[in-house]
Amino acid sequence: MDQLLQHSLNALMLGGTYALLGIGLTLIFGIMRLVNFTHGELYAFGAYMMYLFVMLLGADFFVALLAAIVLGAALGAAIELVLLRKLRRADIDTTMLVMIAAWIALQNGEQLLWSGVAKSIDNPFPSAPLVIGPVSVAWNRVFVFAVALALIALTYALINRTKLGKAMRATFQDRDTAALMGVQIGTINTATFALGSGLAAAAGALLGPVFVAYPTMGDSAAAKAFAIVILGGLGSIPGATIGGFILALVEELGAGYVSSGYRDAWGFLLIILILVFRPTGLLARKERIG
Amino acid sequence: MKQALIGAALLALVGLPWLVDPYALHLLIITGIFIVAAMSLNLLLGYTGQLSLGHVAFFGIGAYASALTSLGFSVSVTPSVAIALAPQPVWLALLVAVAAAGLCGWFIGRLSFRVRGAYFVIVSISFAEVLRLVAVNWVELTQGPMALNNIPPLTLWLPGLGEHTFSKKPENYWLVMAAVTVSYVVVRRLVHSRAGRAMIALKENEPLAASVGVDVTRTLVLAAIVSAAMAGAAGGLYAHYVRIIDPDIFLFIYTVTMVIMVVTGGKGTLAGPIVGGLIFGLLPELLRALAIRPEVQWIAYAGLLFAVLYFLPDGIVPAVSKWWEPAAGTAPATRADR
Repeated sequence: MDQLLQHSLNALMLGGTYALLGIGLTLIFGIMRLVNFTHGELYAFGAYMMYLFVMLLGADFFVALLAAIVLGAALGAAIELVLLRKLRRADIDTTMLVMIAAWIALQNGEQLLWSGVAKSIDNPFPSAPLVIGPVSVAWNRVFVFAVALALIALTYALINRTKLGKAMRATFQDRDTAALMGVQIGTINTATFALGSGLAAAAGALLGPVFVAYPTMGDSAAAKAFAIVILGGLGSIPGATIGGFILALVEELGAGYVSSGYRDAWGFLLIILILVFRPTGLLARKERIG
Repeated sequence: MKQALIGAALLALVGLPWLVDPYALHLLIITGIFIVAAMSLNLLLGYTGQLSLGHVAFFGIGAYASALTSLGFSVSVTPSVAIALAPQPVWLALLVAVAAAGLCGWFIGRLSFRVRGAYFVIVSISFAEVLRLVAVNWVELTQGPMALNNIPPLTLWLPGLGEHTFSKKPENYWLVMAAVTVSYVVVRRLVHSRAGRAMIALKENEPLAASVGVDVTRTLVLAAIVSAAMAGAAGGLYAHYVRIIDPDIFLFIYTVTMVIMVVTGGKGTLAGPIVGGLIFGLLPELLRALAIRPEVQWIAYAGLLFAVLYFLPDGIVPAVSKWWEPAAGTAPATRADR
């Protein structure tokens, strides 16, 4: 029983970051109709920015975190402006291939810049864990969870309470009508890609110090993000939020009770099961097939 | 004149083992195997319009099925019950590989009818990744990361030669050339058949195709089975040529390589995968010869892919054939004819 509680607590802590990854990806898909293969690389970028600022430049941990998120959003905006702006009328296969090429270029750029050796990043939190009754959790993970929740709340507020968010929602529902109503679709695309990329970079900047930073770290993160987004239904933000926690729980319980070797397989198995039995995702409002 | 040129080119290709060094021959063999895989992907991507990004799954299934059948294996289902297979002849193993991959193609084909577009892309990637993780973790069957070693080379009965083992490079080169030729003929015949026209119709306009009586499920499933079986054969050839395989054979990057070959050459064209395959099969070596680090080489790959996508979105073969045969006065050729 204690073991189950501990696994659930671990899953809750991890789920926050997973939700961040999923929300970023689902926003980009929902608004831009784009399968974003660079998402994992933005995650790795966030982690490497933490390494750069904290370990190489000796900056304050919290300032570094903020800088990593802002730079991630800036990189996202740059990718959208340089690579995707010209392809607004292109079909989904073409944009997908462009994103694959960008993924290859970014990942190998990271490898070139930082070498293949994994980098660990110091954090300022006490190493003694926080003990609550029968379970315990490391302080840095509590911090990661709190920041992830705050960022999720900020994203919800941005989407639901601001004018930019309203324009995003309008574009999501009907791109052409939104354009007719005066929404600058190009600006919305850039803002969306920057927001999604910023969230991915935030997840990487948060988890980089918990684990280590290495050039291919983005691949499994991207795979998890896809699983989360499929789980919740492509384009659904609440779906991605819940999906993040579900995936974390399935992974934790799977690794704890079945086999840790298959830890990364659970996400993919979930994708296949969901797509075979409920292709619209768990929280689907509209027809998403065809 | 045109036929004489093609004949001369073929003769030169057949005579290549006497002209180039063994390493270059090795590259050509590997490139040829990937060209077969790219041709099989082209059937799905180019002709039915299904972007399958898990295509390496079929290649890997073929490789593992063929290797395991020829090596034999023994796995315990429960502590007392075990499934064992004695080593089988390699030609039989290759057939098993084709059948196993075809079966998976049937499964993916059924699935592709349920989920389309971005969903199909993601489910196909997941399929390949699950297989990779199974190959890593089911050590009893696959040896996991320790890899399957000492896979026997292909032995075939050939008219005039009797039982022959393909252990040297030149004979493997000719074998792969034959495989490329057979695959080309299979794809060509399929594409020009009624079923092939149905596939192209589905890609161009699915509701219209369905309304004139094209059986959507049947056509997609048929394309997936043929495509997967071809990729499985390529995987089997790979296993018996390289003679060692590990779970990395399922890596996403190999699917990406195949997709790049097809898209660069020209999807939905018969010659596209061959042109693209030759470029991207041999380019890494040219870049390596320039003493370029692998990371930079991959970045160059990505740059080339960007260039093709932005400037030649249809690929090289359609662009060249447009330039070769000016449209003036001639009826526009259908995509399948190129």
